[in-house]
Amino acid sequence: MELYRAHVLVCGGTGCTSSGSAGIIDKFNEELEKHNIKNEVKVVRTGCFGLCEVGPVVIVYPEGAFYSRIKVEDVPEIVEEHLVKGRIVKRLLYHDSVAEDQTIKSLDEVGFYKKQMRIAFRNCGVIDPENIEEYIAVDGYKALGKVLTEMTPEQVIETIKASGLRGRGGAGFPTGLKWEFTRKAPGDKKYVCCNADEGDPGAFMDRSILEGDPHSVIEAMAIAGYAVGADQGYIYVRAEYPIAVKRLTIAIAQAREYGLLGKDIFGTGFNFDIELRLGAGAFVCGEETALMASIEGRRGEPRPRPPFPAVKGVFSKPTLLNNVETYANIPPIILKGPEWFSSIGTERSKGTKVFALGGKINNTGLVEVPMGTTLREIVYDIGGGIPGGKKFKAAQTGGPSGGCIPAEHLDTPIDYESFIQVGSMMGSGGLIIMDEDTCMVDIARFFLDFTVSESCGKCPPCRIGTKRMLEILDRIVSGKGQEGDIEKLELLAKNIKASALCGLGQTAPNPVLSTIRYFRDEYEAHIREKRCPAGVCQALLRYVIVAELCKGCGLCARNCPVGAISGEPRKPYSIDPDKCIKCGVCMEKCRFNAIKKQ
Amino acid sequence: MAVSVLTENKEKFEEFKKVIEEYKGKEGPLMPILQKAQEIFGCLSLDVQNYIAEELNIPITDVYGVATFYAQFTLKPKGKYKIGVCLGTACYVKGSQKVLDKLQEILNIKVGDTTDDGKFTLEATRCLGACGLAPVMMINDHVYGRLKPEDVEGIIAKYRDE
Repeated sequence: MELYRAHVLVCGGTGCTSSGSAGIIDKFNEELEKHNIKNEVKVVRTGCFGLCEVGPVVIVYPEGAFYSRIKVEDVPEIVEEHLVKGRIVKRLLYHDSVAEDQTIKSLDEVGFYKKQMRIAFRNCGVIDPENIEEYIAVDGYKALGKVLTEMTPEQVIETIKASGLRGRGGAGFPTGLKWEFTRKAPGDKKYVCCNADEGDPGAFMDRSILEGDPHSVIEAMAIAGYAVGADQGYIYVRAEYPIAVKRLTIAIAQAREYGLLGKDIFGTGFNFDIELRLGAGAFVCGEETALMASIEGRRGEPRPRPPFPAVKGVFSKPTLLNNVETYANIPPIILKGPEWFSSIGTERSKGTKVFALGGKINNTGLVEVPMGTTLREIVYDIGGGIPGGKKFKAAQTGGPSGGCIPAEHLDTPIDYESFIQVGSMMGSGGLIIMDEDTCMVDIARFFLDFTVSESCGKCPPCRIGTKRMLEILDRIVSGKGQEGDIEKLELLAKNIKASALCGLGQTAPNPVLSTIRYFRDEYEAHIREKRCPAGVCQALLRYVIVAELCKGCGLCARNCPVGAISGEPRKPYSIDPDKCIKCGVCMEKCRFNAIKKQ
Repeated sequence: MAVSVLTENKEKFEEFKKVIEEYKGKEGPLMPILQKAQEIFGCLSLDVQNYIAEELNIPITDVYGVATFYAQFTLKPKGKYKIGVCLGTACYVKGSQKVLDKLQEILNIKVGDTTDDGKFTLEATRCLGACGLAPVMMINDHVYGRLKPEDVEGIIAKYRDE
């Protein structure tokens, strides 16, 4: 094995790849070649570092220098200064990684990482996901070896049960119990499936795990196969994730080559193999029965439960279905023991949870925190607060199935139960921060619009009920809301929740209910005063010129596409509200900030 | 009907035949076969669906049912460049609707349509998972992040000239 004096880790997750990290890797190799130090410095393309906001990210070890927003043009300087001369290029470092005394902080000391704890994400940004040997070097497949050679299937299930791990896909069902049900279900052919159909808008932790550490999921599925008595696995992954699909394909092939998938694994007589199945753009396929229908090659329509997949799943055989993040937690639990895992978190929610932090927040990206961390810590300590000094309004969790948590509940500790108590849900981990400029009625409408177009159409409460709710919301945001609309929404929501066939329909009204619960005044302002307090809903907006600020330059009038602005030079202009189409061009063009939305 | 297509696209069908042979014996082969078919032919025309139904010995209604259920399958050919503007929550909150509006204006087509010259198809997509770069759009496999409506014109111009 070759020894290197320095390692350059370049993020190869979707975020950083989109902002050009592939070109950066090529440039590094080119420059290293030029300086003739290619055998001293190794460039590694890793998975996601989590701090997507400042991507593309490059970390140089042994110093742990955290370079952010690197451009290809910056590479020669880093190579020449840092790697040849040993002087860190401070100008390019992530601002928070330089301490006040100008020393370099270690990554654990940087605000974004300080309160994080990485279990599911342990290898993301650390190893090369396309090289199985790097995974093996960090104890990869050791848990599978331990399970196959030292433990009975029952012991494995007991371990998972004792750890307190619950499903990370959203509902939070105890994982060990699911394994036990599948093991006990009668049948000689069983399947193990992985739900990688991460569809909640704003959630991308599963994708990052698949991109950054695909082997951890493969290893966990093999462990699950041994525990429940299955020899075949399926990973159902979204086709919208091309990098994840590519890395999974490579990882499966490597695992087969190393004898970690296939026949007679570790010479124990245990057989297990995995096949990849791609989704085709249907959100409902994240629902377990719909997902299994899709694997079978049918329309992804859910069916009533019971029978549960543990009894009757893929191809009508007992099937274990877990989500990506759940699987990623399995190998460490086996290696470090259930007591270690259950010592982290709250009484009923153990371990960590990964959140995809997005929206109006300074540090967008992926964060993994112990259960019990408060929302406030995530938003302000890790997320770095709201940009532009704006006020926090709400955090949206659980995607289209969840709800909005307002400022008064910022101290809610994260666990499955507390989120439900405040009218939202954990969901898969999307965490979208909204500030004072976000209209809550518009957000509710946005999610309803999503569920209406993603409803599979099988059951009427979801197909027709959500459509009726959307029509009411459309009416409200376009200024035609009527008295009684809020009550109608609440009644419809109650009935849909009680009668829809699957999780998608049953939870579809949640975004509406939670925004009515906390922001009823905004709904009322839209309906009664025909006013959008956040200034978002176009139909309710009026553009006006502030006379004191207007210099009378006429730029707005010249750019107005409908001739709604008039006035005399060097005197304040005015907008005719009847002609105005609210396109906002005047506001963009005005150099004196004299045009306001009301 | 299938015969004319067979002769017209002989090479493509030869390639597709191998795909069907590969998946035929597996469990639940329809989805992967449809995905490959779309890759090879660009869309799932009725002829292609008919051919799959015959080869797998299943009713064409089953094939059509699946082909029309999933958003990524298309029965009509798409433009050379597929523009997908992300309307996921993070992008929406950061103004991707305005980016989409701008594209509709520049290309003079509505969401879901293709320009007359067959160059661009405009779509509103589900979350692309690049929320850190919101708002984003994809043109074929390339992701453009941290977009402003005024950036769009220049990006489209690059593809127009190609």
